[in-house]
Amino acid sequence: MRVTLFVPCFIDSLYPNVGMAMVHVLERLGHTVEFPENQTCCGQPPFNSGYWDEARAVASKQIAVFKDAEVILSGSGSCGAMFKVFYPELFHGQPLEAEAKAIAAKTWEFSEFLVNKLGVTDLGARFEGRATFHDGCHGLRELGTKLAPRELLKHVKGLELVEMGEAETCCGFGGTFAVKYPQISTAMAEVKCNSIQETQADYVISNDSSCLMQIGGWLDRNVGSIKCLHLAEVLASR
Amino acid sequence: MTALADPPSQQFQVDANRTSSDSPRRKAVRHALSNYQAARDRTGATFTDWKSARAAAATIKHEAVNHLDQYLEEFEKKFTARGGKVFWANDSKQARDYILDLAEEKGVRSIVKSKAMTGEEIHLNEALLEKGYGVVESDLGEYIQQLKGEAPYHFVFPCMHLRRDEISDLFEKELGTAKTDSPEELTMIARRVLRRAYIEADMGISGGNFIVADTGMISITENEGNARLTVGLPKIHVALIGIEKVVPRLGDLALFLPMLATAGTGQHLTGYNSMYGGPRQPGEIDGPDEFHVVFLDNHRTRLLADPEQRDALHCIRCGACLNVCPIFKNIGGHTYGTTYQGPIGSVITPHFRGLEDWKHLSGASSLCGACTETCPVGIDIHHHLLHNRRNAAAQKPAAGEQFLWKAFTFLMKRPALYRLATKFAPLGSLLHPLIARTMVDPVRSWTDTREFPAAPLHSFRAQFKTHQRAQALASNLGGTQ
Repeated sequence: MRVTLFVPCFIDSLYPNVGMAMVHVLERLGHTVEFPENQTCCGQPPFNSGYWDEARAVASKQIAVFKDAEVILSGSGSCGAMFKVFYPELFHGQPLEAEAKAIAAKTWEFSEFLVNKLGVTDLGARFEGRATFHDGCHGLRELGTKLAPRELLKHVKGLELVEMGEAETCCGFGGTFAVKYPQISTAMAEVKCNSIQETQADYVISNDSSCLMQIGGWLDRNVGSIKCLHLAEVLASR
Repeated sequence: MTALADPPSQQFQVDANRTSSDSPRRKAVRHALSNYQAARDRTGATFTDWKSARAAAATIKHEAVNHLDQYLEEFEKKFTARGGKVFWANDSKQARDYILDLAEEKGVRSIVKSKAMTGEEIHLNEALLEKGYGVVESDLGEYIQQLKGEAPYHFVFPCMHLRRDEISDLFEKELGTAKTDSPEELTMIARRVLRRAYIEADMGISGGNFIVADTGMISITENEGNARLTVGLPKIHVALIGIEKVVPRLGDLALFLPMLATAGTGQHLTGYNSMYGGPRQPGEIDGPDEFHVVFLDNHRTRLLADPEQRDALHCIRCGACLNVCPIFKNIGGHTYGTTYQGPIGSVITPHFRGLEDWKHLSGASSLCGACTETCPVGIDIHHHLLHNRRNAAAQKPAAGEQFLWKAFTFLMKRPALYRLATKFAPLGSLLHPLIARTMVDPVRSWTDTREFPAAPLHSFRAQFKTHQRAQALASNLGGTQ
């Protein structure tokens, strides 16, 4: 299958290993991975801030870039939700409505794609350590992704997965919310990270790097010993 | 509000900063709400199918809200036929004036009130006290808040933020009672005051949980029996209810009463569920001589006129969205500065009190969607926060922010320029530690409390290119793998 990657802007610059891990996982499964050079941002930041005209201008560009993709694969539940759930709303009653819906229909979140589209759960990965999984809210509640990442992690040799008490509680990132209301956002991070610490895990795994930026940012400042990993990085390791 | 007072958005920031760092209070609230969650999960599981129950409830409320005129008039016809009186109040002032005029006309001196958020909404107690009427809140939580001179913290659990010893101290200070750590003793102290209030009151004021159209009754749900006494003992009763509280049929309560109990408190059924159809009828031994229902619009019709957010009128005020909201758990109820706290309050307050002044509540959310997931009547709560943000930006864009997003858009529409910009990310990361957490740090609101990740030397797109070149080279050399 020809898989077209959508690599969110912050993953491109800050977490390139996550993108590369997705490439390795997909290529090992025998798929062709392509990455259109002209992609930028999904448009979620202005969209969430209420500036929908600006969001549409950015989103229109992505619609053009991904028009011919067979499947679009996003490494972030949040940016994936932007394509899949919010593009149809953003373009409702607009000239690009049909195109936006077409993009939404062929967009997949990484773990859902592996488990529910490709039917793969065992990637032959090996990763030694005790880990807990954080459900990113957009992946969980906009896309309904809950079981797929756990199904994949269950088959990783050497990995001990421990559920935390507040797995489904928001980490407090929320895009621009994290800097508009930093105190509230940080209080939420603290609750989340305390729940992570209670599991005595060495790793926090998530299918959303934006949550991991928040969780990692708090852990690195206050704890230091717990590492954040994207699901793809765990699945790519041997 | 006077011109000198801080705008609500500034006050919110100040209060949120204070409350989100109050660790003991946050912990206590989280603990109380995790007990709620456990009870609610247990009770919810006793429904044959909670999901279908929610869908049915949403359908019934949709029907009711979309035919509000018809159902409210049906109620009025049935209710007035039994001697009840209905007053339609467009706004707070009309509602207050009606109640004040009635109290004056009837020579009322003291009033007992059961829990009514509509009363908070129109600042009824303040108006009554100003005219010299004695008013006593009879719901225990509300009574405590009244003694404390504080607004309810949560519209279902008014004093959930207070510890037992704080309540004991409050009673000691205001009522002169001895300190106690026993919830039963504290309740008995309040009960002694309240029993007298019911007997002395010439007027009772309540809210209403449901307006039942086909029988012309109001349904009140409570756990303490205080609403029954408030309605039953004084000669005159006034129920102040928002117009959206209507359900078409008495039979609908078979779904809504257990649903409200489950979502609201995790109970199977609330302690008391009473139906009132008007004043005492001939041959009946108790009940008020006069029964007035004041229907409050107070800009609910603004929501009704907005097809996108009309479902916010489905709300049965169970408070479930507050109970699961990570924002509420960390900033507490008072920080909102509204009658209706939490996610649903953030959605409806801009409609009730003005978008410009209250849009910040829609901004102060990570949009996690826990509220929408839990709402028993299927209100699309967190997406409405997005809609409020959009409407606010369209109505009056903030100059600085609009410029920022225009600049952002300019960059993101130009892939070549964007690629060039990202090339500077590693350099930025290299230099950032020099200014991190100082006045000139552009991401200081992040770095004050969290580490910011450093950009690796090679972006994904650079690494992917190298990877592709290596693959091409390998296949040219004959190694197809």
